[in-house]
Amino acid sequence: MQQRLARGEAAALGELYDRFASLVHSLAHRVLDDEDAADRITREVFGYIWEHPDSYDPKQGSLRSWVAGITRHQAVQRLRQTEADSARDRGEAGPASAESERELERKIHEASTAARADYIVTSMPAPLREALELAYFQRRDYRQTAADLGVTEDEARRRLRLGLQLLSTAHNHQALPAVPMRRVARGPHTPRPPHPAPPGPGHGRSL
Amino acid sequence: MRGPDEWDGRERSGGPGESPRIPSPRPAAEDHGPLPDLPPVPHRGPGPVPAPTPPHHAPAEYESDDDPVTGDDTGPPPAAPSHKVLKSLLGAWALAACSSEETAAVEAHLTDCAACAEEALRLRDAVGLLHPADSLDLDPLLRSRVLEGCLGRRPPRIPVPEWATPFDAEAAKLDALLRDMGESEWRAPVRLRWFDGREPVERDTTVAGVIGHLMAVDGMVATSLGLPDPLGPAAPEHPGPRRRTEAYWRTLGEDPDPRAPHDPWREQSQALIRTASFAGGGVAELSVPYGKFDLALRDAFLDRAFETWVHAGDIADAVDYPYKPPAAGHLHLLVDLAARLLPTTLAQRRRDGLAAPPQQLVAAGAPGRSLHLEVEGSGGGDWYIALDSPAAVGSPECAVAHLALDSDEFCQLAAGHISPEETAAGQTGEREAIREVLFATAALSRL
Repeated sequence: MQQRLARGEAAALGELYDRFASLVHSLAHRVLDDEDAADRITREVFGYIWEHPDSYDPKQGSLRSWVAGITRHQAVQRLRQTEADSARDRGEAGPASAESERELERKIHEASTAARADYIVTSMPAPLREALELAYFQRRDYRQTAADLGVTEDEARRRLRLGLQLLSTAHNHQALPAVPMRRVARGPHTPRPPHPAPPGPGHGRSL
Repeated sequence: MRGPDEWDGRERSGGPGESPRIPSPRPAAEDHGPLPDLPPVPHRGPGPVPAPTPPHHAPAEYESDDDPVTGDDTGPPPAAPSHKVLKSLLGAWALAACSSEETAAVEAHLTDCAACAEEALRLRDAVGLLHPADSLDLDPLLRSRVLEGCLGRRPPRIPVPEWATPFDAEAAKLDALLRDMGESEWRAPVRLRWFDGREPVERDTTVAGVIGHLMAVDGMVATSLGLPDPLGPAAPEHPGPRRRTEAYWRTLGEDPDPRAPHDPWREQSQALIRTASFAGGGVAELSVPYGKFDLALRDAFLDRAFETWVHAGDIADAVDYPYKPPAAGHLHLLVDLAARLLPTTLAQRRRDGLAAPPQQLVAAGAPGRSLHLEVEGSGGGDWYIALDSPAAVGSPECAVAHLALDSDEFCQLAAGHISPEETAAGQTGEREAIREVLFATAALSRL
């Protein structure tokens, strides 16, 4: 796919869109909570990928996780911009107070975490997702979940616990910086983020 | 690989005065409380650092979790379940998916075991991240806008030919609909309707049967481009949409999964787009045999786009989903194909004794008696249909009748979904000419 995009094959762009558009749109919508804004992010993300197909490095993870990373990055940047604009419209010119600054960072962190969590849920192995689905959305207890899935109760408990463990890694990230920068190298005792460096504009080899 | 469990039991219980935090029970599914400001995995004690694994490594992880603890939770209640059993319950506990005895046992354990208390808090927070999937459907017209935007930023070296873009868009739109459907919906009955030249006919099949039909007929275009025939050895000796469809349907009953035609259909449609792109303009006029007639490849792609849209509409009706018509630019190309095919269809109907003989023959290439077809609304326009011979040229000066109808009505007629007599159209001029064009339009439809 990357090679086909790099050599300028429009049909490959269409296939890329068909594979990832709903992921991109739903992540952007989770961050921005606005249909038109999610449409715009979708345009930007595919425009960026089409213009910079070489910035994807397969060694850093799957194409899907790369696309999700770009989306989250673009959507969070947009959220930051929107929030700054609305603060200005409210007449809060000049340096923001420490209080509103913290509030903004909290909001951005929350939106970014929610987008990561959505991505993790859609990417986790289907048996884990199905178990969470039953226990959470359908309010089945783990014995009923086991019966519904045709697995042992041990297995149902294991799936629920592992699914939540994976999901909890959504918290393991820093808020994306306003100015794209490379992640600093980490020591052996620092928790690693669940994904490699957040890929996005400014992180690619093409720059 | 290090699993999330590796740090379990290696951390000491909370020191004096440091009682572990006990998370509250989970909220209702629709509640979403605020998230903590800090990642809730504080590193306490000298044990190894938790290393959350990337989600895409999960399958390996999934194999390497705890040993089964079967037996511990059955039989007469033991004095207190073991640490191992309680630990295995943490996920279910965080989701409020265990019995009240188990909940009480877990919560008692959390006051004693820092490792479990920490994990419980982490899993409890993770529950807050579960969110119902968006039911928002992606606007199907967004695809064209996004792709156009991209191609404006960086022109493609290998473009999709303009005549193939409606098929590309319609196949993608149908694919999105199919991906939203459950297995049972694939078995939903679908009634295919068309006009056989004299009267409306119907044929009952299922969603799976419709996709198989599309694949079998797309296969005529595929083989013209040198791609493999999806019917394989089942392919009939002579081409033709109906023969090929019947041949495919005979093989369909053998597969228990109704979704079986989905992937082969989609892969073939993508291969068609790719192949047409690489072949470029050189193949636009390549002849595709349809049995009784041939179409140039560029027109065959428009025909397949029209059929894909019409049958996607049949499927959407059958499973009660909304479905949008093609973008105006694409719809215009499809209406244009129908308008261009009308003189040949009129001539065929005359040969079959279904239309009156020509009134006025003119030299080939000269303007002849015409009908002004005015299609209103999205994708519409004006066409002048030569009435007496496909060799004549339609022209405004020779118009003897004017037929005006909405583009949706025109397409429904051309799909054979409404009869010529029922078609809502404004008409002035020669009534017989109008009647014959309406019937010829309906006769464009087929299985």
